[in-house]
Amino acid sequence: MSVDTATVKRIASLARIAITDDEAQAMAPELNNILGWIEQLGEVDCTGIEPMTAVIPNTLRLREDVVTEPDQRDLVLANAPQAEHGFFAVPKVIE
Amino acid sequence: MTKLTDLTVAGIRDGFRAGDFSAREVAEGFNAAVAGAKALNAFIVDTPDHALAAADAADAARAAGDAAKPLAGVPIGMKDLFCTKGVQTTAASHILEGFVPPYESTVSGKLWEAGAGMLGKLNLDQFAMGSSNETSYFGNVISPWRRSDGGNAAMAPGGSSGGSASAIAARLCPAATGTDTGGSIRQPAAFVGISGIKPTYGRCSRWGVVAFASSLDQAGPMARDVRDCAIMLEAMSGFDPKDSTSLDLAVPQWEAGLSSDLKGKRVGIPKEYRVEGMPAEIEALWQQGIDWLRDAGAEIVEVSLPHTRYALPAYYIIAPAEASSNLARYDGVRYGQRELPEGANLQDMYAATRSAGFGPEVKRRIMIGTYVLSAGYYDAYYTQAQKVRTLIARDFAEAWDHCDLLLTPTAPSAAFALGEKMADPLAMYLNDVFTVPSSLAGLPAMSVPGGLDAGGLPLGLQVIGRPLDEQSVLNAGLALEERAGFTARAEAWW
Repeated sequence: MSVDTATVKRIASLARIAITDDEAQAMAPELNNILGWIEQLGEVDCTGIEPMTAVIPNTLRLREDVVTEPDQRDLVLANAPQAEHGFFAVPKVIE
Repeated sequence: MTKLTDLTVAGIRDGFRAGDFSAREVAEGFNAAVAGAKALNAFIVDTPDHALAAADAADAARAAGDAAKPLAGVPIGMKDLFCTKGVQTTAASHILEGFVPPYESTVSGKLWEAGAGMLGKLNLDQFAMGSSNETSYFGNVISPWRRSDGGNAAMAPGGSSGGSASAIAARLCPAATGTDTGGSIRQPAAFVGISGIKPTYGRCSRWGVVAFASSLDQAGPMARDVRDCAIMLEAMSGFDPKDSTSLDLAVPQWEAGLSSDLKGKRVGIPKEYRVEGMPAEIEALWQQGIDWLRDAGAEIVEVSLPHTRYALPAYYIIAPAEASSNLARYDGVRYGQRELPEGANLQDMYAATRSAGFGPEVKRRIMIGTYVLSAGYYDAYYTQAQKVRTLIARDFAEAWDHCDLLLTPTAPSAAFALGEKMADPLAMYLNDVFTVPSSLAGLPAMSVPGGLDAGGLPLGLQVIGRPLDEQSVLNAGLALEERAGFTARAEAWW
């Protein structure tokens, strides 16, 4: 299977990365090369094999549902590109 | 007297405790070395004041009769993937340029608690994606090593912990933190002739470490010798309730347990690691390593890891898949760069920010990850890769029926020159062929220098151990180190 420019653009859109037509054209053969190489995994007979989810046996811990760090607003917003009135500010979403 | 910057971590610690020198003298020596080595581009940010403050605290404590902190008086380098409170943390990316964490990563916090000071934030491959340090937004790191052919080609220090590797090899710091996703501690350690260990997945907390591939990422130390790796690893490891993958286990006393007597240990030589086209020098070094371990008392056995050849393609599905998910957080809303073209809506802002903020290799991996996770391809690629990962881990588990450790080369070649492999992403990926399988299985693994190639460049040997058996890995590393007697160092040109 081969990745064409339209597919590259669709993937870029899913990944929220703006790319130009030229970039998409340049990226298609690169992705094809890498995807072609990883396709050899299809050779491996994995009948009855469970996909690995945890590399070292470990049970997921849950913590108490309590507030541990109250009132960190200013610290949370400290690195925001734009913060207003104690909130993250973004372009208008609803007209 | 030995220059202070030539001392190991143990040498500094012991000398400081004995009152041979002050911590301030040590910090000043390394600060000067860092300032004088800009040509290596090993640091993104220098933090001489942090190192001096820790040194002064150590000196004050010693004056009050307390020099007991394990790293008192020892300044180190911090890979710029660890969030450090009040100090810019970028993961060598443009998108995080100017990001100043209001919190401290667990690992760096543990090191400061142990008395260490920070010389600066070390350069790396952008978001730890790369094997040569050519993907940093802040420019390539240069290895202090040069080929002995008279040429002046700038050599790659390996990646992604290339800044850490370069800085240690050039004596800009006695030790540094690294992180290893598919070999990012071991391969750069091998390229510059130092030691580095990736512990068992879960030993070191990942909290506050900029995430790449969460099921693989693991922090570890890099230093000039095995003892220093043990000292650093003890300080970095331990349970952290803030990381759900952190193992709730006591930290062994690895330094106290060091012994190069390998009697009763069986060392497996995986036959599948004899890859086609492997340079004769790598083959010869591997044989030398086998002889050294036998000399240390180990019994050598041949073992088989039949799915080895599928580890790399599985890795290049799993790691990008996790990266595409992890890096979704960089959208220009909460931190880092924001691109807001005229009249752009929120979606446009995300796409423009990410396009401008990520380098080509990061974009490539996000795209591959997005593709393999997308509808219609998920099972064929991602689920299949996770099944292959099960088989790779099973190969290791079966090998442990026959041996206690594995010995392999660390990388398929010595360091290459910067620019030599950049044009072909696939050729670059193949550099990790020996380090990736143990990463997929979460096993502890370390690289120690074994010798030099014909071009005068360092070559590394890799020891892989059972889960949680860092002690045996360190001990075998020590046995190799004692026999290799590796003392070569890069001549200062920077």
